[in-house]
Amino acid sequence: MKVQVDQSKCQGHNRCYAIAPELFDVDDMGNAFAIGDGVVEPHLAEKARLAVANCPEYAISIVE
Amino acid sequence: MTTLDEKSIYGPVTSWKTDFDHADPSYNENAHEIWSELRGTCPVAHTERYGGTWLPVTHDLVHEIAYDTEHFSSRGVVVATVKPSDLPDAIPAPIGGAPPITSDPPFHQDARRILLPAFSPKTIDLWEPEIRLLCRELIADMKAADVVDAATQFAQHIPVNVIARMLGFPPEDGAVFRGFVHDVLEAINLEPGKRAEAFMALDSYIAKQVQDHIDNPRDDLTNFLLNAKIYDQPLSLQHVGGSIILLLIAGIDTTWSAIGSSLWHLATNPVDRRRLVDNPALMPTAIEEFLRAYAPVTMARVVKDDYNFHGNEMKQNDWVLLPFPAANRDPEEFENADQVLIDREVNRHAAFGLGIHRCLGSNLARLELRVAVEEFLAAFPDFELAPDEVVKWSVGQIRGPRELPVRINARTL
Repeated sequence: MKVQVDQSKCQGHNRCYAIAPELFDVDDMGNAFAIGDGVVEPHLAEKARLAVANCPEYAISIVE
Repeated sequence: MTTLDEKSIYGPVTSWKTDFDHADPSYNENAHEIWSELRGTCPVAHTERYGGTWLPVTHDLVHEIAYDTEHFSSRGVVVATVKPSDLPDAIPAPIGGAPPITSDPPFHQDARRILLPAFSPKTIDLWEPEIRLLCRELIADMKAADVVDAATQFAQHIPVNVIARMLGFPPEDGAVFRGFVHDVLEAINLEPGKRAEAFMALDSYIAKQVQDHIDNPRDDLTNFLLNAKIYDQPLSLQHVGGSIILLLIAGIDTTWSAIGSSLWHLATNPVDRRRLVDNPALMPTAIEEFLRAYAPVTMARVVKDDYNFHGNEMKQNDWVLLPFPAANRDPEEFENADQVLIDREVNRHAAFGLGIHRCLGSNLARLELRVAVEEFLAAFPDFELAPDEVVKWSVGQIRGPRELPVRINARTL
């Protein structure tokens, strides 16, 4: 399971970074990106799903 | 204070569907009921007021307009008796009078990128200790009273003080800033000449502060803007002044409203209040729910050219309100949309807008809101609306309590 942030959709709401700082970081402009290669350890799967479900811009997706 | 002599040029509202007025005092007070009724009858209300204004109330329609910069301009973002098209000297699109909030693509993104780093989460987080200290000082000042006004003695001072410090403006001018905010955002239905007077007073205050920063440079956002470049050129003084107007006006009664509405909820919902006192770890989730359910900010757009929007014949230069708070209460988008559930984990709210104009100050607003609620609850774990006193709500596009008398039933010191 991997998370990815579509940079063309992210507007810097920072919901993902607040919910799952283990999976997402933000750049100097406040836009989010997946940490490392985006791989989600099993114990963080629920947080990954919440990050997807709370993004106002529908910018985050999960790739199985 | 510069507060204007206020007299609306419009009469009472005859129908929320065909003659609405968001500056009618009953609008914000009954907003949730009005939106719910409109959602069921017509999803786009209209009024001839303000020279023609539209009000879509579903999440889908608000979402669509927020993303559609081809048909809708941000040149005017506060619906008022004066339209940008009425002002021959107004700065045209794509820049507008207060960049980047009044800007359209492609200029918008370049103007926005100048300010984004100053408001990124990691920069803003550094302000937490100072905001907490400020909240504690405000609480100390009202500690002994049995009844306090959580809006005028607490909430309103937090964003005013923080933005004054960020811009390097005199903190003792807080009442002056609140006067400007009132004139720009609440005094919207006056005879147009009066509104122009208020803007001249604001422009001249900003010009004075900017000149002081040119003469005495220091490490703050004003000098940052004076040193900033766009397209390899320094920003024009007009751009600097406009961006300062944005930072000064946009952050103040928006955040004050969010803090006030959250405290209003806790004053009227003892179960939620006790739950947060007992379980502070729930706070971030609760804060997002307060932002959804009591989102303070309705934005606006100007119709670029005549446009048929889902059967509504919009005319060039008509206003369109973007009620993100109504989108947040749409049952098509949220389960139990009208229930405030402080443990709502799936909460894709649009309190800070959608698309390219996402609130620049959202990280600061969220921080101020969380710290303010945490500190108020820590000091006053039990409070309720003061009996025999009246909560007064704002008028216009920013919704929140302007007077919030609460009775303190328990205090920690």
